[in-house]
Amino acid sequence: MSVASVRKRKEAGLAYLLLLPALVIFGVFTFYPFLKNFKLALYQNPPYPGLPAKYVGLSQVTSVLGSSAFHQSLISTFLFVIMVVPTGLIGGLLLALAAHKEIKGMAVFRTIFSSTVVSSVAVAAVVFGTLMNPIVGLLPWLGLNVHPSILQSPTWALPAVAMIAIWQFLGLSFIIMTAGLQSLPEEVLEAARLDGAGTWTMFWRVTVPLLSPTLFFGLVIGTIYAFQSFGQIDILIGPANSAFTHTNVLLYYVYQALSIQNDPGLAAVLSIVLFAILLVVTLLQMRFLEKRVHYASN
Amino acid sequence: MAQVTFDRVFKRFGDTTAVADLSLDVADGELLVLLGPSGCGKTTALRMVAGLEEVSDGSLSIGGTIVNDIAPKDRDVAMVFQSYALYPHMTVAKNIEFPLRQQRVPAAERAERSLAAATTLGLEGLLDRKPGQLSGGQRQRVALARAIVRDPKVFLMDEPLSNLDASLRVQTRADIVALQRRLTTTTLYVTHDQVEAMTMGHRIAILRDGELQQVAAPQDLYERPANTFVASFLGSPGMNLVDAAVAGSTLSISGTEVPLPAHLAATPDGPVVAGIRPESASLGSGGVAAVVALVEQLGAETHVICSLPDDTKVVVRQGHGAVRPDIGEAVSIELDPTAIHLFSADDGARLETSP
Repeated sequence: MSVASVRKRKEAGLAYLLLLPALVIFGVFTFYPFLKNFKLALYQNPPYPGLPAKYVGLSQVTSVLGSSAFHQSLISTFLFVIMVVPTGLIGGLLLALAAHKEIKGMAVFRTIFSSTVVSSVAVAAVVFGTLMNPIVGLLPWLGLNVHPSILQSPTWALPAVAMIAIWQFLGLSFIIMTAGLQSLPEEVLEAARLDGAGTWTMFWRVTVPLLSPTLFFGLVIGTIYAFQSFGQIDILIGPANSAFTHTNVLLYYVYQALSIQNDPGLAAVLSIVLFAILLVVTLLQMRFLEKRVHYASN
Repeated sequence: MAQVTFDRVFKRFGDTTAVADLSLDVADGELLVLLGPSGCGKTTALRMVAGLEEVSDGSLSIGGTIVNDIAPKDRDVAMVFQSYALYPHMTVAKNIEFPLRQQRVPAAERAERSLAAATTLGLEGLLDRKPGQLSGGQRQRVALARAIVRDPKVFLMDEPLSNLDASLRVQTRADIVALQRRLTTTTLYVTHDQVEAMTMGHRIAILRDGELQQVAAPQDLYERPANTFVASFLGSPGMNLVDAAVAGSTLSISGTEVPLPAHLAATPDGPVVAGIRPESASLGSGGVAAVVALVEQLGAETHVICSLPDDTKVVVRQGHGAVRPDIGEAVSIELDPTAIHLFSADDGARLETSP
């Protein structure tokens, strides 16, 4: 064996050694549960606790995928994501544009706009829950009579929960957009001003294309965030109201299947579907949107 | 085409004055270079013409119209930036035609004019590329094409060559000069590179700490610098400046007496600063006594840096083949009396009694 290849082997050994702690942690808490999940999906829960789970192969998967509860959850999930992501991104961008001016006291607004990032989901949910309360909330104060509660309305419960998610995502979206705006090349914007671009052209033909990596990053992050929203639903709709399924987005459905219905098999199948959807959506975003993203190259 | 006039223009940023009391005329069709060390206010002056910086005081006019309150896009000026500032998401063709599109020029005319501009700069083969796929020199040419396509009243160039490598810089320098002479568009060109300034400008305006020092044709600046700053800033190395005294018709430098030339003969007695270009000094005998501090060999010429007894450094430029002294060697610096410049010991202003 040559000296070079011995050294290469030694270097590889050291690399694996350094990777080991991360591998162990990921292995125990991510990879093992991830694989175990696939196994769980193949076993049906016994009708009575204590009996062994029964191997049913893919039949459990097909029955879950065919169930109307799953279909409803899927629709709720996509509605939720569609409500949260574009609104959060556009809202964050508008706030960032508004705050991207060197005016005295602007730091105060920047702090306010980004503050939703550091507020906890639980606090936000309780505050919004109070505001939406049919007796003491904002709506009766405005003279609107909403009974029993918008959180129990099949039509309004999902938008209401989405609103909290949007509010909370706004802070992160604002920070991402502000960082993007601040890193725009000043001279290119100045060149556009000299070339005669008005405000509208400037925004659509120069700022937005230059900001596209940021917008794309925000889209991926926002999508994953929306798919993983849980706390708002759990706190506002809650296990106490488990018959109300209009806000059962996939992740919440997974939780419900496991902790309320005590059905690990169902939960496993739903988790796999959620994983598959996130994977496909992210791949689609990368495949079709990233082409239109311009990364600065100097 | 138009002339640009600065009339007692000031630019202040808070307590800092970036440009102070600048009065300067750029003639129609002229290429005027704003030259100075970094932080001298030359870029600020240029950006005021562009409208990217507001004028704090005074008036700035383009083609006889005061533009202080006119938006950049309505000034009809085109700027070439140091970083090229191309639109990275657009092709070369789209970049070049962008200004025309903003002016709502019809598509057919737009295509024709941008192709003409691209052809002028040899870019016709690169029209479908994006800036990221171009070399620095090509990007710079796209930036120039985008500037000339509009046929603006004034070109503004902010150190356009400083991101190019040395050989490309020489080539592009010549290209810009040829282009400007052909288009005869009034051009303000900012640089800190005196070689660029000397070779490109019809005239050069030298700034220091926001104040205009001198405006003149390149050779005039070199031969008749208005003050010690211009004298030492221009030339590589700059003019040697030595404390001296005038007594009658002789100049006493470090104990050596040199006869004053006719045009300086009437200089009143007293302390002065004497200036001598490195090429007007030579090593010989009977001159100013000094010790060699450093010898820099540049191939075609050699710079001998000598130290006078009071520690003032004097650079002597020697041609190819001259005898090179050793470091520490005692030498005698001979000065060509006709090439001596005198400056006031008080404010550094040029002293001249007859033209």
